[in-house]
Amino acid sequence: MRFLLFFLLSVFASIASVANAQPTRVAAASDLQFALGEIVARYEHESGKKVVVSFGSSGNFARQIPQGAPFDLFLSADEAYIFRLAGHGLLRDQGQLYAIGRLALLAPHGSPLQVDSELRDLTAAISDGRLQRLAIANPQHAPYGRAARAALERAGLWSALQGKLVLGENVAQAAQFALSGSAQGGIVAWSLVKAPELARHGVAALLPESWHPPLRQRMALTRDASEDARRFYDYLQQAPARALFERYGFALPASGNQ
Amino acid sequence: MTEVSSVTAAIAVIDWQALSLSLQLASATALLLLPLAIWLARLLAWSQFRHQGALEAAILLPLVLPPTVLGYYLLLGFGGASPLGQAYHALTGRALVFSFDGLLAASLVFNLPFAVQPMQRSFAAIPREVREAAWVSGLSRWQTFLRIELPLAWPGIAAALALTFAHTLGEFGVVLMVGGSLPGETKTIAIAIYDQAQAFNDSAAAGMSALLLALSFVAVLLVTRLGRSVLRR
Repeated sequence: MRFLLFFLLSVFASIASVANAQPTRVAAASDLQFALGEIVARYEHESGKKVVVSFGSSGNFARQIPQGAPFDLFLSADEAYIFRLAGHGLLRDQGQLYAIGRLALLAPHGSPLQVDSELRDLTAAISDGRLQRLAIANPQHAPYGRAARAALERAGLWSALQGKLVLGENVAQAAQFALSGSAQGGIVAWSLVKAPELARHGVAALLPESWHPPLRQRMALTRDASEDARRFYDYLQQAPARALFERYGFALPASGNQ
Repeated sequence: MTEVSSVTAAIAVIDWQALSLSLQLASATALLLLPLAIWLARLLAWSQFRHQGALEAAILLPLVLPPTVLGYYLLLGFGGASPLGQAYHALTGRALVFSFDGLLAASLVFNLPFAVQPMQRSFAAIPREVREAAWVSGLSRWQTFLRIELPLAWPGIAAALALTFAHTLGEFGVVLMVGGSLPGETKTIAIAIYDQAQAFNDSAAAGMSALLLALSFVAVLLVTRLGRSVLRR
């Protein structure tokens, strides 16, 4: 009985403490899964402030924020979504570029597909039948899907791949599909395959950045963002955070860039 | 005039391939579950056996299980790297993940309670004396089933089919997890609506949502009609 009471009290206490210190709520594109996780851990350690991140597809967040989704900061994988929301007056301003995303060809260990940055073996594997399924994010609404489509068109493989493409709802799901053992590979975010969690399961090659329109990733504070959120937003533009983005394979916009 | 043009506009944005795939999936699920569900429903309605409670619980489980749980098991357990996935591929030359077969397997599991429950209720409503009378009149068990039980239980069976059909049309979570949105293979109407909504194609999402709403309403209407005729008996 006494134990139960203690348990209930500690639950109430923790609810109260959470309610006191309102955490910064961040909506982040799924290609930031690992990079941002590390940045947040460092920021929380240094500032003593709490940051709660929801990862998902940028398109989904761009639909939810106008409906009142309670986010302070939105890190989109495609700046078009930021401009769209800013145009509707839902953001403080047009925000900042924080990273330029890159694409990679990923193959799980044991795949018959060899990875190379020119997609040479992918081309061969499509024609000799080694490739049954290739995973990409859905080009209809995922920024990395659009970029993957552009790269495959550039390589002249898009039409040959019809019927073989497995579409992830976001780029992290595409990476998971690529490694599931049911696909021979995928074209996904370089920032994901740089993470040890994924790197353990496969090999990857970086595709040339000239093969697709740049993945200009932009972030902005929402209209009602807290002061703490502003601090985290500033932190993301400072050297330690930028170094981490770079370590996860993002190209960096020039400092102080619009 | 404007009504006609808005209707044609709505028709133009409907992904017919996705709709047809959903209808195929729903029909295949309902038809394949029919014999299994009849067998299970009779068993549960009329017999007493050990572990009956456990069997009933297992059949009802999909009602409360998040689709993501089944999706996760399908992706890992039935994937090309798993023994099950490889065995299935060796047998049929097809895959269970990113394929129609996989969606069908998931639907069969997920619709079990929707198929068994209404049937179980209508078989349980047949008095034992009716079946006994059929046996003493010289009808074999099989004849009793076809001539006595089926005609008496059919509203429940039909309701189960309609419910299974409608529920499969609405399946989303599992399909999102293991489908991969392949046109004509795993891109169901529910996924097509999601993709269009994500891409801000609101007219397409709205058109298809309205269609699915109407289809589901008709199916559920059918279920309640049939349910009422079970009660009248």
